[in-house]
Amino acid sequence: MRVSYFPGCTDRSSSMEYGLSTEEVFRVLGVELVEVEDWNCCGAAATHSLNRLLSLCLPARIISKALGSGLSWLVVPCAGCFSNLKKTEYVLRNDEKERRVVEEIVGFRYDPSLEILALLDVVVNRIGLDRIDERVKRPLKGLKVACYYGCALVRHPKVTGFDDPENPQAMERLMRTLGAQPVEWSYKVDCCGADLAMTYGSIVSQMVGRILSMAVEAGAQAIVTSCGLCQMNLEMRQELGLPVFYFTELMGLAFDVEQRERWWAKHLISPRPLLESLGLG
Amino acid sequence: MKEMWEGGLRLGEGDFSFLEEVRRRSGEHLDLCYQCMKCTAGCPTAPYMDIKPHQLIRMIQMGRRGEVLGSGAIWFCVYCQTCGTRCPNEIHIGVLMDALREMAVGEGVEVKERRIHLLHEAFIQSVRRGGRVHEVTMLMDYVLRSRDLMKDSLGSGVKLFLKGKFPLFPSFVKEREEIRRIFERCTKKQ
Amino acid sequence: MRRLGVFICHCGVNIAGTVDVKKVAEEIGKIEDVCHSIDYIYMCSEPGQQLIREAIQEKQLEGVVVACCSPSMHENTFRKAVKTAGMNPYLCEIANIREQCSWVHQKEKEEATRKAMEIIQATLEKVRRNEELEPLAMSINRNVLVIGGGIAGMTASLDLAQGGYEVFLVEKGPALGGHMAQLSKTFPDLSPAFPNLLAKALEIVSHPKIELFCCSELEEVKGYVGNFEIIIHKKATYVDWTRCNGCARCIEVCPVEYPSSFDRELGMRKAVDFLYPNCVPKRVKVTPTQCRYFQDRSCRKCEEVCPEKAIQFDQKDERIHRKVGAIVIATGFDLFPKERLGEYGYGEIPDVIDGLAFERMLSPDGPTRGKILRPSDGRVPKEMVFIQCVASRDPDRYMPYCSRICCMYTAKQAKMYKEQVPDGQPYVFYMDIRSDGKGYEEFLQKTIEENGVLYLRGRVSRVFQEDGKVKVWGVDTLTGKGIEIGADLVVLATAIIPSEGVKELAAKLRATVDKHGFLTEAHIKLYPVESSTKGIYLAGCGQSPKDITDTVSQASATAGKIQALLSTDKLFQDPLIAYVDETVCSGCGICVEICPYEAREMDYRRGISIVHVALCQGCGACIASCPNFACELRNSSSVQTLRMVDTFI
Repeated sequence: MRVSYFPGCTDRSSSMEYGLSTEEVFRVLGVELVEVEDWNCCGAAATHSLNRLLSLCLPARIISKALGSGLSWLVVPCAGCFSNLKKTEYVLRNDEKERRVVEEIVGFRYDPSLEILALLDVVVNRIGLDRIDERVKRPLKGLKVACYYGCALVRHPKVTGFDDPENPQAMERLMRTLGAQPVEWSYKVDCCGADLAMTYGSIVSQMVGRILSMAVEAGAQAIVTSCGLCQMNLEMRQELGLPVFYFTELMGLAFDVEQRERWWAKHLISPRPLLESLGLG
Repeated sequence: MKEMWEGGLRLGEGDFSFLEEVRRRSGEHLDLCYQCMKCTAGCPTAPYMDIKPHQLIRMIQMGRRGEVLGSGAIWFCVYCQTCGTRCPNEIHIGVLMDALREMAVGEGVEVKERRIHLLHEAFIQSVRRGGRVHEVTMLMDYVLRSRDLMKDSLGSGVKLFLKGKFPLFPSFVKEREEIRRIFERCTKKQ
Repeated sequence: MRRLGVFICHCGVNIAGTVDVKKVAEEIGKIEDVCHSIDYIYMCSEPGQQLIREAIQEKQLEGVVVACCSPSMHENTFRKAVKTAGMNPYLCEIANIREQCSWVHQKEKEEATRKAMEIIQATLEKVRRNEELEPLAMSINRNVLVIGGGIAGMTASLDLAQGGYEVFLVEKGPALGGHMAQLSKTFPDLSPAFPNLLAKALEIVSHPKIELFCCSELEEVKGYVGNFEIIIHKKATYVDWTRCNGCARCIEVCPVEYPSSFDRELGMRKAVDFLYPNCVPKRVKVTPTQCRYFQDRSCRKCEEVCPEKAIQFDQKDERIHRKVGAIVIATGFDLFPKERLGEYGYGEIPDVIDGLAFERMLSPDGPTRGKILRPSDGRVPKEMVFIQCVASRDPDRYMPYCSRICCMYTAKQAKMYKEQVPDGQPYVFYMDIRSDGKGYEEFLQKTIEENGVLYLRGRVSRVFQEDGKVKVWGVDTLTGKGIEIGADLVVLATAIIPSEGVKELAAKLRATVDKHGFLTEAHIKLYPVESSTKGIYLAGCGQSPKDITDTVSQASATAGKIQALLSTDKLFQDPLIAYVDETVCSGCGICVEICPYEAREMDYRRGISIVHVALCQGCGACIASCPNFACELRNSSSVQTLRMVDTFI
C-alpha cells in the first residue's frame, strides 16, 4: 500500500516528533508514505487571513504535485495543513469559476479523483483498527487520555468531512484499540487559540488553561492531539505538567517501537515520568 | 429637531454598497443573519473583541464600513469555525473575517491589531522567500517589523530552538520560480 | 324509598389528597337509602365506570351520585355509563367535590372532608326526587345562512352547497370578495389574489344551491338551532340587477366623482359604479349620498344612457324571510382607524398609508395600475419604510394582541417594492418576526436574502414631514443606535379589528364577543368554530385575526361541522328545562318578559304562558320570577332545591 504524503513545514521543525513517529508507525504498518515532490507551505492561517487567492493557490500547487504521483490518497498529518488543503479542494470541486482561475495561476488541471485525507482518518477508517490491533505489542494499560481534536480537523464539517463536528470519536476508538482509556469530556473540539500565541500569549494561556483543567477534571493523565499547533500551545502554556502526545506517538509506544525515546526528547513536558509510573517506559 | 442624539444613524446616507461588497468578497449571505447571537455565544475569542461577531454582521448590514474594517475584532478571529459550523443560516463568519481583513488591508485602513497583522505578513514573506516557512527568520522578521520584544513570540521561539525543533537553516522548495510566479499573480490581482 | 349508590372518586391526589375519601364513603354508606358507597382512584376510567355498572345491576340501584370533578367535565360520561347498565341517565347526578371542595380547601383537610359529605348529601336529596326523562327530539331545517361574502363566507357557502345544503349568503356590500378583493399577491407563494377569488365568486353566483343577497344585512332572527327564522334587509341599489348587464355606460356618463373607499381613497369612483372593475356580480349600484338625482333631481344621465332601462331611482328596500337550521358569522375585519395614530402622522401626511392602501397600489387593477407612486406627488419612492405592529401588541394605548398577518404581508410588500424599484431601499421596523405558517419562514428569509430589505428591530417613535421627506425616528435595538430615515413613502401595518357592527349582529344572534369585539368561540381549542350559542358558527377574522390560509381552513371546518349537525333527521336536546303547571298559571306574562332566550310565550287562547322546549336553556329565570309558583325546572324542582339547601344549614 502506497499513499501520497504531505508532511508540511512543521513536521520538520516545531512538531518533528509528529513527523518522526508518523513515518515510523507507517513503516510498521507496511504503508509506504510517498512524500509529495517538491512540496511547498500550505500558507497556514496567515495566508487566508490576508490573501484569499494565495490561500487557494499555495495548497493547489501541493495538490498538483500530489496528482503527479498518480496515487489516489493524499495523507496530511497536520490539522492546519489538512484544513487549508480541504478548503482548496472544496473550492476546486464546487466553484468552477474560481477553479479555472486557480488552475491557470498554478498551471495544472485539477482531478477530483485525488482524495485528501487527515492522517487520523487514514489510520482509523482506511487502514482500520483491526490492522492496528494486530500490531499492538504493549497495550497502554492504565493510561487515561483526553483526546483533543481542536478545530481544523472537524470544522467546517462540509469542508473537512471528518467525523462528528461536536463529538468526534475516531481518536477515542484508536486509543481503546491501543489499550489506553479515553476519558469523556466536553472540550475536545474547543479552540486552543492557534497563532494568537505569538501575539497574545495571555489569551492563549487562558484558553489552554480551560481546556487542560477540564481534561484533568475528567481524570485524564495526558492529552492526545493530531495537530502541531494545538500540541505546541497545550504543552507550552501550562503549569500542570500534563504530557501532550501526538496520537502517532502512542501508536508507536503500543507497537513497542525503539525510536520512541527520540520523540520524548522533543517534548517540552517529558512524558517519561508518567509512562514509567504506568510501567510503559 | 434635525439631529438624532449622539451616535445616532441617518439611514439613507448609509453605505449599502458595503454589504454588497462584503457579500461578494466573502460569498457569505449576511442578509440572512437574524441576530440569534449563537456565533458570539460560542466564539472563544469574542471576550477579547471590541465588536462581537453578531454585532459585526449587523453593522455590515447597516453600512458601517469604517467601524467594521477598523475594528480589532476582525484580527482576533483565529478561524476556529465554531460559529460557522453552528450558524443556523450557514454564514461562515471565519470566511467573512478573512474577507474583512483583506479588505481592511487593501483599503489602507489603519489596522487596530497591528501585531497580529504583522505576524501574518512576516509568515507570508517567509513563504514567499523559500516556498516553505522558516520559523527562525520569520520570527526575526516579525520582531523587526513589530518591535515586539515580548516573550510571547521570542520566548516560544527560544524554547523550541533549545529543543532542537527550530532548524537554523531553511528548507527551500526546488522550483522557486513557481512559487515566485504564484505570489506575483496572487498579489497583483488584489 | 329509592335504592341509591354513591361513588367517590380520588381523582389521583386531586381529591384524595385533601378529602378523606375512605371516611366519606364509610359515613355516606350509613345513610338508610344508600345501598352502595365506595371510593376509587379514577371513577372516569373504564374500570371505574365498570364499578358503577356492576353496582347498578347487583344492588338494583335506582339512583346514582358520583362525587368527583365538575359536571361540565364528566356528567356526560357517567350518564352514558349508567344508561348502559339499564338506568335512566337523568337518575345520575354529579356531586362536585373537586373544584368546589378539595381544590379550594387544600389546607383545611377535616373541613374539606365534612364539606364533601354535605355536598354528597345535598346531591342525594336531588336524586331522590329526580324524574326519569328522555331527550327532546326536534325537527330541523336544512338551510344555512352565511353572513359575509368575503373569502370565509364564500368558502363556507361553497362547501355547504356542494354538500347539498341550501345556502343564503348575505353580503353587506354590492359584490363578493371582501378584503381579499383588495389584495395584490398573497404570501407565501406570491399567487395573485384576485384570479383565485374570482373563480370562487363565479362558482357562487352560478351555483343552484346558493342564493346571494348583496347590499343586504341580517335584520332579525328568531328561533333556535335547527329552526331559525330570519329576515334579510336588502337595501335598494337603484338598479334593477335582473336587467343590468354590467356594460358600464352609466359609469362613463356619471358626472360625480368621489374618493373610493375600496381603493383606500387613493382613487376615485362614480356615484353609479361597480364596487371594483370585474367585481362579481358585475352589477352597478347608485350611491344616493353622492348622486345628484337624490340631492336635487338635477341629473338622470345614467338612466338616459342605460340600454336595458335598469336604473330605478324609486327602488325600495326589501325584507326577505327565510328559515335556516344554522348560521355562519363570517363578518371579517377592519383596519385600526387612522385618526387614532397621531405619532405616525397617519391621516395628516399624505405619504403615510396603511398596508391595505399599499395593496391597492400594488394591484394591477388598482388606482395606480400597479405602480408604486407617492400619493403626494406621484413620484417613485426611493426610500421606503414599513412599520409593523402599528396599534397591535400595544396593550396600553391600542390593541394587546398580535394581528398575525402583518409580518408576512410586510415582507411580501417589501419584496414587491424591491422588484419594482430595484434601486430603492426598503426598511422594515419590527418587534418580532412571526412567520409560523407553512413555508412562511422560508419566504421571509428568502425575501431578506434576495431583496436587500433592511430589518430594524424596534418601534418607531415618531413620523413627521421635513424637506419633502417623511422622517421616521426609531431605534435599532440590535445595535442600540438611534435611527433616522428620510423616507419617501411609509406603510403602516395597522392592527386588525373586528368589522363594524359585529357587536350588534352578535347580540341579535345571542353570540358573544370578547372585549375587543371578536366573536368568542365555545372553546378555544376543542370547539373553535362554534359560538357559545348552539347553531351559530364562526369563520374568518371576525373570530380572531388570521390569514387567508387559516380563514379558508376555518371556514371549511365550519361547513363540515354544520353538515354534521344537519345530516340527522332530528336534533336531540337535554330535557332539563322549564315546564308550566297549566292549572296554576294565571297568564300574567312576567315570565315572557324575563326570559332571555325568548322561550316563553303567551298562549292567549288558553290564557297561559307556554314554554318553547327547543329554546329553553333551563336557566330558571322564569321560575324565580313567577308569582304563582306555576313553573318548575325538570329535576331541579323547588322541593328538590329547598331540600338541598336544608342539608347545608
